[in-house]
Amino acid sequence: MEIVHVYTRLRGEFGRQCLFSDRPAELLVDVPPDPRLAQDFIQKNPRDQALQACRDMSEHQVNTERFESDSCGINHVEGGWPKDINPQEMEQTIRYRKKVEKDESYVNSLLTLGSVMEHCIRQNNAVDIYQEYFEDEDEVEESPEPPSAKTINVFRDPNEVKRTVSCLSWHPDGGKLAAAYSCLQFQRSSRDMSLDSYIWDIENPNRPELTLKPASPLVCLEYNPKDSHTLVGGAYNGQIAYWDTRRGSQPVETSSVEQSHRDPVYKIIWLQSKTGTDVFSASTDGQVLWWDVRRLSEPTERLVLDLSREGNLDRALGAVSLEFESTMPTKFLVGTEQGVVVSCNRKAKTPAEKIVCSYDGHHGPVYALQRNPFFPKNFLTVGDWTARIWSEDIRDSAIMWTKYQTSYLMDACWSPVRPSVFFTVKMDGVLDVWDILFKQNDPTLSLKVCDEALYSLRLQDNGRLVACGSQQGGATLLEISSGLSTLQKNDKSLLAAMFERETKREKVLEARQREIRLKERSRSEQSREGEPGREDADHGPDQLIAKAQEDFYVVTEMERRRRDANQQPPTELEDVDVT
Amino acid sequence: MPPFPSQAEVEETLKRIQSQNGVQGIIIVNTEGIPIKTTLDNASTVQYAGLIHQLVMKARSTVRDIDPQNDLTFLRVRSKKNEIMIAPDKDAFSNKTSFLLY
Repeated sequence: MEIVHVYTRLRGEFGRQCLFSDRPAELLVDVPPDPRLAQDFIQKNPRDQALQACRDMSEHQVNTERFESDSCGINHVEGGWPKDINPQEMEQTIRYRKKVEKDESYVNSLLTLGSVMEHCIRQNNAVDIYQEYFEDEDEVEESPEPPSAKTINVFRDPNEVKRTVSCLSWHPDGGKLAAAYSCLQFQRSSRDMSLDSYIWDIENPNRPELTLKPASPLVCLEYNPKDSHTLVGGAYNGQIAYWDTRRGSQPVETSSVEQSHRDPVYKIIWLQSKTGTDVFSASTDGQVLWWDVRRLSEPTERLVLDLSREGNLDRALGAVSLEFESTMPTKFLVGTEQGVVVSCNRKAKTPAEKIVCSYDGHHGPVYALQRNPFFPKNFLTVGDWTARIWSEDIRDSAIMWTKYQTSYLMDACWSPVRPSVFFTVKMDGVLDVWDILFKQNDPTLSLKVCDEALYSLRLQDNGRLVACGSQQGGATLLEISSGLSTLQKNDKSLLAAMFERETKREKVLEARQREIRLKERSRSEQSREGEPGREDADHGPDQLIAKAQEDFYVVTEMERRRRDANQQPPTELEDVDVT
Repeated sequence: MPPFPSQAEVEETLKRIQSQNGVQGIIIVNTEGIPIKTTLDNASTVQYAGLIHQLVMKARSTVRDIDPQNDLTFLRVRSKKNEIMIAPDKDAFSNKTSFLLY
């Protein structure tokens, strides 16, 4: 029912003042209670109703539009001279100055100011204002704060079509970050996707400092640790390109297409050499190539990753990651698409001997591979859903590994300051920090950096800043809390003990396996004479189980008989060699 | 009545200040921002004259805003590497302000 009040006014009277007058109350509507409506409701008695004698407030957030600021300097020019004097003319200025100096008030005020100034100078000289009190204070015992990390900046891909940040590299001094952008999904890159990669200054996330324009998108990019102006990058089409930041955005030189890789170059590393111009690169076409950046027309050396050591390219394993440690200049590790890590020796005489051994670890491509900077004999690999730590001596399995995570691990690296800390990034956008001295089952710190997958990760040399790159082209810069980035006193020794313990365990297991195999082999040779007995590992367990059962029954029988015969207290079952 | 203070006294005062321990240089600037006397090179002088003048104005107006009877007598700017000491002249916008680097 609508209650309407009509207010009418003559057109001519609009704008005239309102003349209000009293009138008695008028009953407009009377709605009597209707008891039938009560049947639609259930009475609730008592009822709790909270009241507060204050105003109702609601929360509202406001964010201003992004304000782009730019730093620039001001050039000061002399000014303030009276109109008739030209500041460039020495004579005129000198004459003006002399005139001012002769002025009486000048002299007076200067004398007063002079005495004030002298007083303050004497004050300064009396006390050393830069004196350091409490020098060499004993290291304050920091209360163990929970580990944390803070996002400092996000560098977004300025192009419309976002590409994945496939590789990050820090400038040797740490103020700049080079990021390689490419679309790693097969045939997903669109025509208008930009080919550029950028170098960012970490203080300025609005605009990249330098754009690198290769012929094909870069998949990996590395600063030269010796010369901070040069970079080398591996491209999606297999070429290698060399830049000098002083020379601009175009590469100084690019390798020739015929001599380069035939697949994207997934990793490229600078080598330690006298000239400081050697690099080597790895790609999924199964080759590892060595280059001298001064002459990129052809590689200086070539290695085919064929485990049968025949140099057969068809059977070669595609390489996805590479590791080189400057303390061991002749050895290097290659991580392959097939989940195998191959250890190679550069200085071997024949190509066949170049491949030393292989470690079969992961179910999927080994996306990251890095030796521990403090314990070069141990290296970290990441692939499928786990991260594994290996010791060079043990071939069969890793000495330590994480449990299977919920999403694929894409990249990992050790902390350059703490030997027990390493970082991993996953496809669900999470950055994990693992401290194996503190907790082995779970990451010490787990941060969700962004919603999309994280593809690359790099730590700065001081161990505090981490950069991780995502699929949508955003590179996030985080700062790790000091607990995770400062070396504790016992770290090295504790970690060395841990690695030794695990290595020993694996060695023992390996020795055991070998023993078992030998025993089986000798036993099968005895039983089946003449037959070439090359026992497969598969048959081993079944036979072992059968044998174990037999032995068990035999021993229990013996024991029972003995007990019945002697009626002595039962002796413990001897530890049977359960093989 | 004291004798007319000569220019020589002015020179002497400046020399005394300059000879104090730790003084790197002296610049004397008038209200218009023109450096009258300086012991530093021209480029630095011009830069200091331009920048510090504004700072002094701001400091003075701050002090007077808080208490109109008050006035700025001295300003020290201490930085990591050195200290700039500024002595502004009494009368608000009158002729001379001088400052030096310590």
